[in-house]
Amino acid sequence: MGSISLNKVSKSFGDVQVIPPLDLEINDGEFVVFVGPSGCGKSTLLRLIAGLEDLTSGAISIDGADATNAAPAQRGLAMVFQSYALYPHMTVRKNIAFPLKMAGMDPAEQDRRIAGAAKVLNLTDYLDRRPGQLSGGQRQRVAIGRAIVREPSAFLFDEPLSNLDAALRVNMRLEICDLHKTLATTMIYVTHDQVEAMTMADKIVVLHDGYIEQVGSPLELYENPVNKFVAGFIGSPKMNFIAGAPAQKRGADSIGIRPEHLTVSRDAGEWAGVVGVSEHLGSDTFLHVNVDGIGMVNVRASGEFRVKYGEQVFLSPIEEKIHRFDAAGLSI
Amino acid sequence: MARAVSTKRKLWFTGLAWLIGLVIFFPILWTVLTSFKTEAEAIASPPSFLGFEWTLENYATVMERSNYFRFFMNSVIIAVGSTALGLLVAVPAAWSMAFVPGKRTKDLLMWMLSTKMLPPVGVLIPIYLISRNFGLLDSRAALVVVLMLINLPIIIWMLYTYFKEIPGEILEAARMDGASLRSEIIYVLTPMAVPGIASTMLLNIILAWNEAFWTLNLTTVNAAPLTAFIASYSSPEGLFYAKLSAASTMAIAPILIMGWFSQKQLVRGLTFGAVK
Repeated sequence: MGSISLNKVSKSFGDVQVIPPLDLEINDGEFVVFVGPSGCGKSTLLRLIAGLEDLTSGAISIDGADATNAAPAQRGLAMVFQSYALYPHMTVRKNIAFPLKMAGMDPAEQDRRIAGAAKVLNLTDYLDRRPGQLSGGQRQRVAIGRAIVREPSAFLFDEPLSNLDAALRVNMRLEICDLHKTLATTMIYVTHDQVEAMTMADKIVVLHDGYIEQVGSPLELYENPVNKFVAGFIGSPKMNFIAGAPAQKRGADSIGIRPEHLTVSRDAGEWAGVVGVSEHLGSDTFLHVNVDGIGMVNVRASGEFRVKYGEQVFLSPIEEKIHRFDAAGLSI
Repeated sequence: MARAVSTKRKLWFTGLAWLIGLVIFFPILWTVLTSFKTEAEAIASPPSFLGFEWTLENYATVMERSNYFRFFMNSVIIAVGSTALGLLVAVPAAWSMAFVPGKRTKDLLMWMLSTKMLPPVGVLIPIYLISRNFGLLDSRAALVVVLMLINLPIIIWMLYTYFKEIPGEILEAARMDGASLRSEIIYVLTPMAVPGIASTMLLNIILAWNEAFWTLNLTTVNAAPLTAFIASYSSPEGLFYAKLSAASTMAIAPILIMGWFSQKQLVRGLTFGAVK
């Protein structure tokens, strides 16, 4: 069990309102990702759910029971911190055992659970080491181990991968997804990385200045963003926004077109432009094309499309993939 | 490219460091040397540095004339007692300032530090009178309390700096893991802060050991520590430099030895948080 419901939850620090009143439903077993730029309130929201911050107003219920004023430990949630927050003076075994010891669990059961977690996380050989003797990835596993032995009703992850290098991040991402499939427990995951959000989430919550901009599955957000902020935030490389004549022609204040929804040709197309930087990744080529009257447009072309700096190309948007926005930035 | 330091420069700096070290250490060295001279040699002009007749006579006289161990025990009790009492008060204070700071925490810390700038003699009369009224003059209890209060700002500041270095997330993790405030302090904070608490303790023992103003003004016989022991050799029949030096050497030797063994801990304590 692990359904969480936020009802008119708000948080202010002094006179500064970080989270205006918001509602959110998280269903049992869901993998929910809070995503948004730095300072959008996503970590604060997670800490409110964890009980590490007090609500300014509103209510939180976990599994149907009111948890608004419950202490962190009473909420049945486990958290993995960005800095791992391992106890540096304890061995890996003692770190993982700590929540069990606090719960007063029988030592034999503790050992059984620690062995189980260590096996799942490939930590068996490291149980007697201290956190200082482990690599970043291993420390992250210990932090996850400490969370899973409690068998919590939900896991909270606060940017857990941002201290890892790129290759390790991809691996850990897969491991966390695997863990979610195996445990089938609710997970709430905070990140500023939209790629993590897209690849891991069942449901993405896009936050901006404390407000929820949109909630939906990764593809819903990609295909039907409700406004320019979500459209620009989700998808990599970023969506191109074009105002002026091309937008007016399509009955909008501005239009958005993703780099992968532009066709490039050397011969003919709607817009003519000059290639600036081109990034050849092998599988794809990212072009930065300077189009007259529009400005810089990012284009994703196939890996075989070879162009050089200064060459002229023609771009045509795929009409049905164009997003139209009104003057307030909302999707039409 | 890393800045290359030439051998010549290194030699120069090493020489300078030794020179400064010797200048700082010289008074202690001179005291120790004088303690092995006869009274005549001690005031001889020009003084001889090493080429004198070495004697242990001064130590014998000092041991004969005063009860060194009583002074020593008073020093130990006062230094250790005021430190223990200080830590008992300062740990919770520093804890709350570091982890649940209020709007005025910084001001409070600055105010506490400012009390160290007050000339002690300014509060001599009130403290003397209070001690007298409570019948605590010449008692170790009064000194334990007074020295604890005198050094409390430093203890709190040092512990505060240490506690600040402990990431709040670790304590939050403990809270998430179901630790009560008590278990959080016992199992997580204290083991992590042990080096900090230890160096604070060492420094405070040294400060209390060396404190002369209050120990001389509030004691006469019963509670007199080693500072009074030294002072007793600078009067009424005139100055006896050799005996005075022997007494001083005996008074500073214990704390010097303790400082020597714990120097690593002390340096770390004093520079903690200054770098990084």
